[in-house]
Amino acid sequence: MAAGVAAWLPFARAAAIGWMPVANCPMPLAPADKNKRQDELIVLNVSGRRFQTWRTTLERYPDTLLGSTEKEFFFNEDTKEYFFDRDPEVFRCVLNFYRTGKLHYPRYECISAYDDELAFYGILPEIIGDCCYEEYKDRKRENAERLMDDNDSENNQESMPSLSFRQTMWRAFENPHTSTLALVFYYVTGFFIAVSVITNVVETVPCGTVPGSKELPCGERYSVAFFCLDTACVMIFTVEYLLRLFAAPSRYRFIRSVMSIIDVVAIMPYYIGLVMTDNEDVSGAFVTLRVFRVFRIFKFSRHSQGLRILGYTLKSCASELGFLLFSLTMAIIIFATVMFYAEKGSSASKFTSIPASFWYTIVTMTTLGYGDMVPKTIAGKIFGSICSLSGVLVIALPVPVIVSNFSRIYHQNQRADKRRAQKKARLARIRVAKTGSSNAYLHSKRNGLLNEALELTGTPEEEHTGKATSLIESQHHHLLHCLEKTTNHEFIDEQMFEQNCMESSMQNYPSTRSPSLSSQSGLTTTCCSRRSKKTTHLPNSNLPATRLRSMQELSTIHIQGSEQPSLTTSRSSLNLKADDGLRPNCKTSQITTAIISIPTPPALTPEGESRPPPASPGPNTNIPSIASNVVKVSAL
Amino acid sequence: MSLSLLGLCPPPDSSDSELELSTVRHQPEGLDQLQALTKFTKKELQSLYRGFKNECPTGLVDEETFKLIYSQFFPQGDATTYAHFLFNAFDADGNGAIHFEDFVVGLSILLRGTVHEKLKWAFNLYDINKDGYITKEEMLAIMKSIYDMMGRHTYPILREDAPLEHVERFFQKMDRNQDGVVTIDEFLETCQKDENIMNSMQLFENVI
Repeated sequence: MAAGVAAWLPFARAAAIGWMPVANCPMPLAPADKNKRQDELIVLNVSGRRFQTWRTTLERYPDTLLGSTEKEFFFNEDTKEYFFDRDPEVFRCVLNFYRTGKLHYPRYECISAYDDELAFYGILPEIIGDCCYEEYKDRKRENAERLMDDNDSENNQESMPSLSFRQTMWRAFENPHTSTLALVFYYVTGFFIAVSVITNVVETVPCGTVPGSKELPCGERYSVAFFCLDTACVMIFTVEYLLRLFAAPSRYRFIRSVMSIIDVVAIMPYYIGLVMTDNEDVSGAFVTLRVFRVFRIFKFSRHSQGLRILGYTLKSCASELGFLLFSLTMAIIIFATVMFYAEKGSSASKFTSIPASFWYTIVTMTTLGYGDMVPKTIAGKIFGSICSLSGVLVIALPVPVIVSNFSRIYHQNQRADKRRAQKKARLARIRVAKTGSSNAYLHSKRNGLLNEALELTGTPEEEHTGKATSLIESQHHHLLHCLEKTTNHEFIDEQMFEQNCMESSMQNYPSTRSPSLSSQSGLTTTCCSRRSKKTTHLPNSNLPATRLRSMQELSTIHIQGSEQPSLTTSRSSLNLKADDGLRPNCKTSQITTAIISIPTPPALTPEGESRPPPASPGPNTNIPSIASNVVKVSAL
Repeated sequence: MSLSLLGLCPPPDSSDSELELSTVRHQPEGLDQLQALTKFTKKELQSLYRGFKNECPTGLVDEETFKLIYSQFFPQGDATTYAHFLFNAFDADGNGAIHFEDFVVGLSILLRGTVHEKLKWAFNLYDINKDGYITKEEMLAIMKSIYDMMGRHTYPILREDAPLEHVERFFQKMDRNQDGVVTIDEFLETCQKDENIMNSMQLFENVI
């Protein structure tokens, strides 16, 4: 709970008076404020700079250094102040946290110094407010990366935890520097890619003449040699592909990845060529397929970081490139049309059709100017010059826009990704805080009732059940308890709720419930009447579940103080799991078992309504004056 | 549009639309007057004001802030509707914001008032339209808002008609002449006879 909100807790508690007239059950007692002191100013001397604040301000966060008794270690008797030999600048932020409930991170501070100070004062950095959290996380990540780099450069050869063979292989493939075998494999494949590409290229070079026939390309002259080379390369590539496929952690994802597609495309032509015979019809297609062998050059992108970055760049600014293409296309079509009609008149014009003029327009706009097509008419020349001038503009203008767009969008994406990642974390934090506070309530409910019982029997010792909750927490829990009493329902956590729902959906019938009760109560006690794990709901559930339940079954006695016809049949249901849905109406004074898991004999018979009974579902219709004749009997 | 694209049109002047209203500030009455109005001691008023001003530096609480603050105490459920009713109960002059005076006067009734005064305050809370009668619809709205604060994860599972049933029981108890509304006298009479209610009214005596 935030500090500032804690200041409103008295108000919330006072406003709870509004529930009282509608509540049907007696309310639990309020936690007593044992040591109620007048608020006093305390002086905190941090390296000579004096800060003063109220004691209650610091006590808002009792699990930090300043909020707990730990600060007494720093108390200086002579000067009657608390002296801390720490950085006063950071202390300013820390103290503001107590005052406002929000922890800020000053940008000029070093991240590790700040972390150290927070650790000293016992404050978790996770509660840094949203305004400063991103900055804090960024700096922390940079720092961590720096540390990691240092670590990596120190010990390169640290022993990894034993991975499976498959995982080691995958790591070897992805990161060749991990082992020498991987490095060897990396270089071998690189070499063979190069060999394959070079053979593809050299194949087509004319290679001297065989006497008696025309000039042959080397591929046909030394066809056997080239075929052997090709086979060897394809063997290597196939083996590599199969190994990668085997080692991939997610085969489906691997198959869909770009690199694997390139691999497949690179080796397919060979196999297709093997399969197909020298059929005249398909040999043309076969020749085309050999073009795909050039894709082997893309396999180099595994070896080159730069190629990968380039590919990613192109992919990420695809829309800008598309726009460039589109605007170019528009200009080409316009100018081609104009040139065609301008040159229509001249004889022997090369501008035979508009598509034919496309070539001229492209060549002119990109300022290539091959000269194979030139306008001859005056109009044609005019438009031609306009075309070449505008070509410069159309090409040159979008490019910086694209570049800056790309840079802007790239950074924006980075920021958006960061924010999205942090948003999930932020929402998770909020959710955790919420469940934390509600879990704290549920937890203390189980323990707190124990405390109340102990207090009433006069045992002065506190903190029997581990950590004592702070006063503010106990007051907040008391408030939630009053709400439970008002509505006759209990708070439970999510898992319990899911279980309840599942079980209620499984058992639709109100089983052995007494008809009068079910008709009268009408609430869904029936659907939750059978739950397997109820014991966590017991206030005194420190015993292990089964043992408690068996004891309950043996020893629950329900005695009613006033005559309530609805509950006469309650005894019959005692045969059920006793703490079962037969939560008798808390209105009717009733008994609960008094099993307490502490060594003191459980023969507590506190008078009055010291133990609020577990929330009962059965509301009562007629409410006569209820005498508080609650008799508690422990039957063990 | 095309003119501005060609840069021939001056861009629209957007400085006027950002006229921000400076937040209204409120200063409370003097300490002595407040002491006269309420039953708190000077020190109590001081510490109350410090807490109040810390949370609301402007000296006013508007309804949204109030709902936010109150919801923090009930993380499992939705406390906004009940906070709305509470806000109206505290905002005595109905101007949409709680000043420190409203706050402290309300607290004085709740914490230091007689049981009679507390019950009257509760009646005022339930009587949404402040006409002196609590109708079933008003009570149902209040009850629903209270049950909303419990949230979903309750044992036993919250049924749709739980608030309605509760209201029926309440009316059976309170409505003496069965005319469908509860007047202040019926309310006071019934509550004073109910020992549970009387006991629970004393519960928060020493909150401050």
